[in-house]
Formats: sequence, structure tokens, C-alpha cells
Amino acid sequence: MPAPLEYLAVSCILFGIGIAGVLTRRNLLVILMSIELMLNSANLAFLTFSRLHGQLHGQVIAIFVMTVAAAEAAIGLAIVVALFRQTGSVRIDEATRLRG
Amino acid sequence: MEALFHVATFYVFAAFALAGAAISAFSRRLVYCVFALLLTFLGVAGLYVLLSADFLAAVQVLLYAGGILVLLIFGVMLTHEIADVSTEANFTDIKFGAVISGILWLLLVVYICKVPWAVLDPLPPYAPTTRAIGLQFLGDYLVPFEYSSFVLLLVVLGAATLARKEVD
Repeated sequence: MPAPLEYLAVSCILFGIGIAGVLTRRNLLVILMSIELMLNSANLAFLTFSRLHGQLHGQVIAIFVMTVAAAEAAIGLAIVVALFRQTGSVRIDEATRLRG
Repeated sequence: MEALFHVATFYVFAAFALAGAAISAFSRRLVYCVFALLLTFLGVAGLYVLLSADFLAAVQVLLYAGGILVLLIFGVMLTHEIADVSTEANFTDIKFGAVISGILWLLLVVYICKVPWAVLDPLPPYAPTTRAIGLQFLGDYLVPFEYSSFVLLLVVLGAATLARKEVD
């Protein structure tokens, strides 16, 4: 079995890619996908700790994280569609008006 | 032999997950971004299996690869001309973002290396987790569990409200 540090390393790299995606991309859909990557890496860390301690609490928390991820995807995509109707684009640098 | 197989599987799944993540966060083609995400979700599901989380691996495949990914593909199709070749996704000011994310990532690496992680030795054997997770949901985590169902109800209502067409 690979050492726990290796699972944490994968989780850490995944999180780093997610942060970089959120901070450098301009398309709102890609930003949403990067947030999903970050939530996935958090789940991976939870499961690693759950395995290391021989307890199930980490797995239960991971299910709540998945609930939040599903909620985020649904609301985020609704916002993307609404934004596209208003501005005809999903680029965040064109979404400059607060009121549609 | 078994340990070697375990290590090899770990690296294959990790490579899948990281390659998919890199493509989906940095590709210029939006469609590539979405489909590379599938690679990541399946790779992470494989890592869950190696971590003795069989139920969560199944949920990962059903919920992420089956649900969230389809939602994202719908999002791409609703907001872009899919036949249009120029469904590209540009970068913002890349230097600023790269510096900030590099700093955050370094902090993470430093703290992961600094903390002495307590490891159970030997690790417990692989066992099915579904029943135990269900018992946890009806025991210690009953209130959060019910609360999350309420949150999901609100999400359905909110998404429908946000995405509906305005009718005068």
C-alpha cells in the first residue's frame, strides 16, 4: 500500500490545479469545473484520513461534500444559463453589471 | 506481489486523475475540458476503491460521472454554439493568478510535509462500508443528514427559479 503521503500528494496537486483553474480562467463553466476538482481533492483527503484512522467519519463527511458539490453544480449552471441570457456570453470579464 | 500490484494501480489511477485535471483546467477547447473531467472523476473513484471506500467509489461514479458531468455538458450546449469551432475558453491575466495559486499551493505542501500524520499500523483490512455508513447516517449524523435533504430541496427550487424564462 502506498504511503498515506502519496494520497495526500495527489489530493494536494489536484487542489493546486483547481486553484490555478479558478484564478486564471475566464470562462465561467471552466471555473465551475475547477471548483469541482477542488471538492474532489478535499474528498480524497477525507478518505485518506478515514483510512489512516480506521474510522468511517471521513467517509460520511465526504458524502456531505458530494451533496454540496451537486448543489453547487446545479445552482452554478442555473446562474451560467441566466448570465448567458443576459449578456450572450459566459466570460466573467463581460459580466460587469450588477443588475440585469 | 500483491503490494506491487497495489502500488501500480495507485499510480495508474493517480496519473488518470491528475492528467484529466490538468487538461480540464488548462485546455483551450471547452469540450475537451468537460470530457477530461470524466477521466479525473473515474481516476479519483479508483483511488477511493484503493482507500477501502467501496460505497463512495460507486457514488462518485454515479453522482459525478453520471450527474454532474451531464449537467456540465448541458451547460456547454446551452451556452455555446456547439458546432462552432471557436468554443474556446481563454485565460485572464495569467501572471496574477499563477502567483496567488502558487503561494497557496506552497503553503499546502509545507503544511502537509510538516505535520506528523498518525498512521494506524497495521492498516485495517478491506471491508464493505455501506452498512456502517448507513448506520452512521441514522445515528451520529442524523441531523446533518436530514438538513442536507432540506438543502437539496432548496437547491431544486433555487435552480428552477434562476434558470426559468421571464414571462411578463
